[in-house]
Amino acid sequence: MRQYEPDRLSPARVAAMRRSFTSGRAALTRRSLLRASAGGALAVGGLGTLSACGIPAAGKTEGGVSAEDRSKEEKEVSFSNWTEYMDVDDSGKRHPTLDAFTKRTGVKVKYTEDINDNSEFFGKIQPQLAAGQETGRDIVVLTDWLAARLIRLGWVQKLDPANLPHAFANLSPQFRDVDWDPGRAYSYPWQGISTVIAYNKKALDGIEVKTVSDLLDNPKLKGRVGFLTEMRDTVGMMLLDMGKDPGRFSDDDYDAAIARLQKGVDRGQIRRFTGNDYTADITKGDFAACLAWAGDVVQLKADNPDVDFVIPDSGYITSSDNMLIPNKARHKTNAERLMDYYYEPGPAAQLAAYINYVCPVEGVKAELAKIDPDAANNPLIIPDKAMQAQSRAFRSLSPKEETAYEEKFAKLTGA
Amino acid sequence: MSTLTEAPPPLSPTAPEKKPPRKRGRWTPYWLLLPGILWLVVFFAAPMIYQASTSVQTGSLEEGYKVTWHVATYWDALSEYWPQFLRSVAYAASATVLCLLLGYPLAYLIAFRAGRWRNLIMILVIAPFFTSFLIRTLAWKTILADGGPVVGALNTLHVLDVTSWLGWTAGDRVLATPLAVVCGLTYNFLPFMILPLYTSLERIDGRLHEAAGDLYARPSTVFRKVTFPLSMPGVVSGTLLTFIPATGDYVNASLLGSADTGMIGNVIQSQFLRVLDYPTAAALSFILMAAILAMVTIYIRKSGTEDLV
Repeated sequence: MRQYEPDRLSPARVAAMRRSFTSGRAALTRRSLLRASAGGALAVGGLGTLSACGIPAAGKTEGGVSAEDRSKEEKEVSFSNWTEYMDVDDSGKRHPTLDAFTKRTGVKVKYTEDINDNSEFFGKIQPQLAAGQETGRDIVVLTDWLAARLIRLGWVQKLDPANLPHAFANLSPQFRDVDWDPGRAYSYPWQGISTVIAYNKKALDGIEVKTVSDLLDNPKLKGRVGFLTEMRDTVGMMLLDMGKDPGRFSDDDYDAAIARLQKGVDRGQIRRFTGNDYTADITKGDFAACLAWAGDVVQLKADNPDVDFVIPDSGYITSSDNMLIPNKARHKTNAERLMDYYYEPGPAAQLAAYINYVCPVEGVKAELAKIDPDAANNPLIIPDKAMQAQSRAFRSLSPKEETAYEEKFAKLTGA
Repeated sequence: MSTLTEAPPPLSPTAPEKKPPRKRGRWTPYWLLLPGILWLVVFFAAPMIYQASTSVQTGSLEEGYKVTWHVATYWDALSEYWPQFLRSVAYAASATVLCLLLGYPLAYLIAFRAGRWRNLIMILVIAPFFTSFLIRTLAWKTILADGGPVVGALNTLHVLDVTSWLGWTAGDRVLATPLAVVCGLTYNFLPFMILPLYTSLERIDGRLHEAAGDLYARPSTVFRKVTFPLSMPGVVSGTLLTFIPATGDYVNASLLGSADTGMIGNVIQSQFLRVLDYPTAAALSFILMAAILAMVTIYIRKSGTEDLV
């Protein structure tokens, strides 16, 4: 009896088909996978080169490490900033304040929005700075705690006061004294950030929220409140609520604040810890109330009238994003001139009108009123005396404290 | 046209035709492999060695990190973060099963039933990749919003009562629960399941189905005895392509989850970027790799297939 064979396929084609199933170029077999992984393991395990790797100790150079200042020969400055942190004209492509600076001084600004997150950015520049190399950036804008860390590690350069007359004269008192940079020798604030409580009127539906305790204790808000992944903002607001001063607290105070928040997590009261993405939650009403950054709230309020904010009687946390000049930056003088430029009332007002964060420059109100009277009267942008009196800063931490606190906070947020 | 009439130049004795064939192809495969090998060395081997070294270092930013062969980091990391490991595996496994259940019928449809719609459906499967991973994940926050139609419908049907009793959701919401994270993982990795499934289903000879039918096999038997076994390579590679990246994912857990849905990727990210404990982060990465490699090896052995595509 003859075995049936498909007549439409030639033996060659059948063979080709079978080959493509089992041993074609692309066919990945179990054996080859195992072989490959064994090879990989061998390569990793067999090499004694592991000891050769390591991260060198941070250079402890007072005043930072400077490179030859080429500001005179190269009329340029490279400025790294956060996204949407600069005024933009109607075309969306030009930055009017930067253009005016270039027009006046002839210094071209290479403006890059490459900072999205302090921790991530630190991860990005840390290898270069630790190895004593230049980062290719003349100005970076970083939040207090990271600015403090860079100063502590000796990775940023001391500023020359002679190039910063406006900055020295016009820096608002609220930002003048920080314990991590006395007398602002290394840093000047770009914008101030206030951490407040935001709420959605519709979602609250008449429930009163005035304090952080309300967020944590009101059973009607179960699963509908959010806190921030920025440790200093969340724990700072908690400490204030517990009657402690975030500027001078002990380890026990910190642990007590974490324990109080942990209870909120365990009971399901706290829905999520968020970064900037809380804006979506509060607009949609998934968060009835949450900790929020005031600059965002100004914009959210403009888009959605249901969103508003409240400042607890116990006070609120203020921090700032600071301009710093990293080690080995090539255009230090140009960088200082640019910093100083933003402390002139004109450019400062133009910037404040656009980005709605706390303006760190004194004497801007009159200029701002000419551009946007509402913004000039908004205490979230130009803090009044009462606002300034309630503002508190989180104290700087020693390296040991920083690691321990971040670890405890990471556990709280589930990671 | 003089050139045409000219006699061709006399062949010299060294002309290629006369010479015995040179072994010029001998080194060609290696030269062709070189870019790939270099790529692997620079982007795979070197980072692996660096990471292996980091995992046995101790120190701090201020004092620098030195290799001290402090292997206890591995044990500490594992005993501290085993819940996140288990959770990652559980979420990724659930997402993989869901992907298979959703992806198989669709791949089957595209391979055998779609006809002239085949290309269109394939484009629809791949289209989400044209936007960013982050945007696609954030879109789920709108879809699953508390007051939204999806959650409303699930509440009306009392589905959320059941899932909440099972501990997959909390109260009458889906976002910030394990279910949301698994849904996000399923959605984001579904195409990685469908494409290999489609490739292996499409290769099945349609006449095998006819033959099975001629032998009085019911459609379900045809599927069980013919289609499914022949599609096994696709099932295996699809599940691997879904499970492996899903286990290490942290975006879904951080955007759609809550404080008690943290996956191992979230821990590694925060250890590396926030706590600045580089050794622990590196050790966790290695444990994750080893665990995945072990699970995948067992799985491939058990699934009894030689081919992965």
